[in-house]
Amino acid sequence: MIGSPDVVAFTKEEEFGEAYTDPCLLPEEFSVPLLTANTNPWTKTSYAKFSKDFILISEFSEQVGPQPLLTIPDDPKVCGTFDLNYFSLRIMSVDYQASFVGHPPGSSYPKLNFVEDSKVVLGDSKEGAFAYVHHLTLYDLEARGFVRPFCMAYISADERKIMQQFQELSSGFSKASECLKTGNRKAFANELEKKLKDLEYTRSVLHKETELQKMNNGCYSSQAIEKANELANVEKSIYEHKDLLRQITSYPNRKGRNPDKVQCEPDKPCNTNMFDNTLTSNHSETEESLDGDDRNQQSSYVPQLIKAKSAKCFDKRLKTLEELCETNFFHQTMDQLHLIEKSFRGDLCYIYTSQIDRALLSKQKITSFLFEEDKDWEEEATLKHLCDAAKTDIFPPPTLNISGEPASLETYKTCVEAIHIKTEAESSGTGPQESSTSDLTQETSEEAADLETKGSFSSDKSIEAIGNMSPANPQPLYPDDISSTSAFYEGPSVQPHVDNTRLKTLSMLGHDSDVNSMDVFETGNLVQLDTACCMGQEGFIYEEPMPEPLQEGSSDMVVKQEPQSLLQRDPSLQVDYALGEPLLTESPVTGLSPPEINANSLSEDMARVNVEDTSDTTSYMSTSTSSDRAPSPFGFGSPITVKQKKKAGHSALRFIRQYPFAQQAIFCLLSGRTLVILGADEGTVRKLVNALSIFVPNLGKYGEIVQPWLSTSFQLTDLLRWKLIGLQRVASPTGSNMLYSLNRYSRYIGILDCDNKTLRCPQYKGTLINHMADHRTQIKRGSTYFLHIQSMLTHLAAKAFLYTFCHHLHLPMEGDDEASLASRRTNFLLHLGYSEEESKIVHFLSELIKQNYIQGPSKGVSQSIFSFKYTTSYLYKI
Amino acid sequence: MLRWILGAREAQGNVEKSPVLFIGEEQPKNAFTELQVLKGHFDIVRFLVQIDDFRFASAGDDGLILVWNVDTGERLLELRSRSQQITAMMAYTFIRGGGDPHTSLITASSDRSLSLWDPDTGNRVHTVSDLQSSVKCLLALEYLDVWLSGGNELCVWNKDFQLQCKTEHYSDAGITAMVELPKSCIAAAKDREIVIFKIISTDLDMTVVTVRYLADHQDSIHALIRVNEELFASGSHVGELILWDSADWTIRAYEHILWEERPADGQAEIRMSMQKQSEMSIQHLTSDGELVVVAVGSGLYVYHVMRRSVVAYRKHAHDSDILQTMLLDDGQLMSCSEDGSVRIWELQDLPLPAEPASSGFFGIWSFGRSSKPTGPPAKKVLDVPNLRTLELIGDLIGHSGAVQMFLNFPFKGLLTCSTDHLIILWRDGERQSQLRSLALFQKLDENQGL
Repeated sequence: MIGSPDVVAFTKEEEFGEAYTDPCLLPEEFSVPLLTANTNPWTKTSYAKFSKDFILISEFSEQVGPQPLLTIPDDPKVCGTFDLNYFSLRIMSVDYQASFVGHPPGSSYPKLNFVEDSKVVLGDSKEGAFAYVHHLTLYDLEARGFVRPFCMAYISADERKIMQQFQELSSGFSKASECLKTGNRKAFANELEKKLKDLEYTRSVLHKETELQKMNNGCYSSQAIEKANELANVEKSIYEHKDLLRQITSYPNRKGRNPDKVQCEPDKPCNTNMFDNTLTSNHSETEESLDGDDRNQQSSYVPQLIKAKSAKCFDKRLKTLEELCETNFFHQTMDQLHLIEKSFRGDLCYIYTSQIDRALLSKQKITSFLFEEDKDWEEEATLKHLCDAAKTDIFPPPTLNISGEPASLETYKTCVEAIHIKTEAESSGTGPQESSTSDLTQETSEEAADLETKGSFSSDKSIEAIGNMSPANPQPLYPDDISSTSAFYEGPSVQPHVDNTRLKTLSMLGHDSDVNSMDVFETGNLVQLDTACCMGQEGFIYEEPMPEPLQEGSSDMVVKQEPQSLLQRDPSLQVDYALGEPLLTESPVTGLSPPEINANSLSEDMARVNVEDTSDTTSYMSTSTSSDRAPSPFGFGSPITVKQKKKAGHSALRFIRQYPFAQQAIFCLLSGRTLVILGADEGTVRKLVNALSIFVPNLGKYGEIVQPWLSTSFQLTDLLRWKLIGLQRVASPTGSNMLYSLNRYSRYIGILDCDNKTLRCPQYKGTLINHMADHRTQIKRGSTYFLHIQSMLTHLAAKAFLYTFCHHLHLPMEGDDEASLASRRTNFLLHLGYSEEESKIVHFLSELIKQNYIQGPSKGVSQSIFSFKYTTSYLYKI
Repeated sequence: MLRWILGAREAQGNVEKSPVLFIGEEQPKNAFTELQVLKGHFDIVRFLVQIDDFRFASAGDDGLILVWNVDTGERLLELRSRSQQITAMMAYTFIRGGGDPHTSLITASSDRSLSLWDPDTGNRVHTVSDLQSSVKCLLALEYLDVWLSGGNELCVWNKDFQLQCKTEHYSDAGITAMVELPKSCIAAAKDREIVIFKIISTDLDMTVVTVRYLADHQDSIHALIRVNEELFASGSHVGELILWDSADWTIRAYEHILWEERPADGQAEIRMSMQKQSEMSIQHLTSDGELVVVAVGSGLYVYHVMRRSVVAYRKHAHDSDILQTMLLDDGQLMSCSEDGSVRIWELQDLPLPAEPASSGFFGIWSFGRSSKPTGPPAKKVLDVPNLRTLELIGDLIGHSGAVQMFLNFPFKGLLTCSTDHLIILWRDGERQSQLRSLALFQKLDENQGL
């Protein structure tokens, strides 16, 4: 091993810095850190040679030693002048596997060890780089000892980030690693099968030849003996390979084989012809990753003769990482790594804040379904989409430009050098905060500004990628963050493992259960130490989880998904969190697979909407595919969703300025009365529906309670499903039929006629909505207005929560009767400042909260019960 | 009402409603402020039968029998028959081997079969097919531990689905309704006449004998009900309402309901033929022992048994024929109609003992058959001191087809079934909200806080 990494040790604070202390100085905790010019005050290490965190994949090649394979992001600017080769050497030299595959003593056959990955943290203070390093081993029939050691490293200049996000990093990388390894096992099995075929073919050929020689000569010539030896070798080889195949296929089938899990595995269509879909055969030098066409061709594999002495070591080309795993798995891994990169972007405090943010938000589930979007569904939707794609086999093998391994080390080196030169000048200018600040602005800036932010771009890209699924598309075909695929693929079976390691690490890190041991560690980075240290090597003894019956969606799983940062930082919060566990369906931090994947999560309505409305399909899709799992300071969803909402806010602003009766319409929606927007022009109606949709409580994951455009007459059951309906006005018999139903159900609906600019609905005399929809409002921007609305609605939801969960308002006390209970409720609402009409809103929201709480969030939008009031409607005109 | 939507165009004819009966959207007395749609049938739903405190069954033309939970609206069971339409359904409670009463469902379908279902398991316990005719009505006689099926013949069955006895086969007309009378007697409506049967039960066997034919109705009988211990009532297609004595089967009262403007006179019989038949056809009778509610065409007519007089009426209670009526405890009554609505009425006393309303809306006149002992009751009606009114206090609109039937679960809700294949469960929203609150706090306790 060449060189050794610095020890990142637990050191005490006094070891750091000068001994001199000025008595006049403020105590250290009050001092303001000195700020030198041209430095970013948040940059922990200004001497780091890379501009922001990145992920590096390296291999310990048996031919050339440690070498970097790829970085994520693959932007050369990111790595700057950072010497990837050198760092690869460092991280790969932390060799974790004492036992390689090979011939173990006492056994005559090679034995595969299913070794567990190791996770270490190491620092290189000279480079200003700290890394979480995840080592894994992949199998390659041609490699020495059948193994190829790889490692994935998350490299950051901030070692606190590495340390404190260790759990999250670990679980994220474990997922990626599992994905790679599963793909690798498949590929390896395929390879073995082929090799076996080759060997058997060779054997038969040799056999024939030997027989032939025997027949010809009648006696054993030296040639014949040689042949016989060769035959014996082949026989042995066959036996060995068979044994290997048995070993690899008998790998504990925790993943992939489970019927529940399999359904969403991206390569499911390939499962049937799994062995046909091999990557490379031993002899094909040029065979590249597969197309659909190749599969057929490969299904009839022609065995080839194996020469007695195969070419050894240095003259053969080693398989690339992509070839080692199946393509689908490789790309899944890449997506997972991209996701990791994305979710750990930015400053540590920012990551913290957002983690706490999400942890707290997840406790708001009781009311957040009303007006805020649900975090889970984005992921679920993405997943759903991916599953669909996989099922219909329209998932083309994407061609990532740079993520493929460079063909040779030479080219890679030149490449790196070129980057070196090019980026030297630029690297100093960009701060590592870039991404986070852009995220921040993105939330508040106007639409135009949005377009320039990263988030929007990436999501746009993903739309496009989804939109045209052509294999020739040069862009990455996967959306940036289809985390959930791999999360799903992994399933709960991985989690025990994650859990174990976490516990281990915890016990290791928190020595005397001191949660702040991290801080001690932190100070160690400035101490230059030469000895190598691999943290946690001993800690991660892999405990094979017993093949247990799968507990889909069990509460056990939920428990396992606590946010670790909270766990480590704030014991009180943790306790609190534990109490809230049954409510959680998804970890806000690790973002593991949602416990229950509803394959039919797209409701019937949704399907209907999709069919009817292609333009909306795109928007739904884009919403779902662009799920932003990166922490967002404001806690709401993907840029595109915000954008949509802002747009809606803009239209809503126009609506309240244009229509003096906007308040009545909004009252309709908030009090649960279905609003029908009647009009001849589809665009106008859709625009109005869009504008008003931000006022619809419990909009649903897919906005399924809004029907933007309906051209048939509607039924009572439609009223149960939809709270906001755009209805086409038609002058035909169907039209009159429609008007008949409008008339018939007029007591349940409000009707906004956008052609005649009239509204027919109950009267609203309160003041609350006046603040919400003041047509003289000074708010100019749609996004501002949207946020204004959002804050008011959230306020309402909070009041409704209070109203719902106050015992004394709903449970009779001694000597109570219904009437006194009712008067208590009225007084309570009056006390909150709500008049009779506003109380109707609170009542409605309260009913929704009750239903949601009783039935659980899994039921989603429950529209089975339809409540209404018998009140007189009035006709409003402009 | 929707003229403003239609703009200048003419309102649709069917949109128009009788101005008298338009109640508007303000219905403070209407407690049904929540509804739930129960979907499951594929054709007209005709029958709703209560099984116990929380379950009911529905059946109709699709041959499906569905068992529902009225508390949750959940469908509990689906009893599949041969997909022939169901012609009659009855809940039948009998003592099983263990000694506990058990409620089953007996259904009759148009393929001339009878089935007994266990609503707990969904099993078809017994079935009898290839009857001579399809069964139109069912009646259980608890004290004899038998049940009867009426079609073109009357059959008596025991609880094990064994035929005990039956009558001759009436080829001309079938039995459409049956009521139980004292002394093991049964009154059955068969076209224009009421047939009195007597079941003679010995230790060995059971026989059914025809005791008498009562042929006083001029047209076919649509409704036959038991009013109280002493009386039963029948109503015919031409608006004749006859109250019969349960013991000696004599006519105790005879009313001929005619929605006529002019007082009855000698011309009445001529006018009668000119009148639209459906307008005076008695569709349904219901009684609480004191009042008999008569659904006559689209009108409602409340008859006081003791006073032998009409106490309230509404000529145009619905836009179309009334299919069922129901008397509620609190002086309210409900009616459902082919127009797709359910209306809730309240019997209100007139504010002042004003002079009786013109008797012209209904003609009550002596049929004048000399053989009848009872005199003409017409004069009594006019002497009624306090004629009450039927005030519309609410309507339930939801179905898009005729409401075939309703079933009331006190405190739980009202069920309506309709030709639009739906069953709607109407509930008191306030009450449900309260129940949900209780459920919420219960779950909160289970979860030990939020």
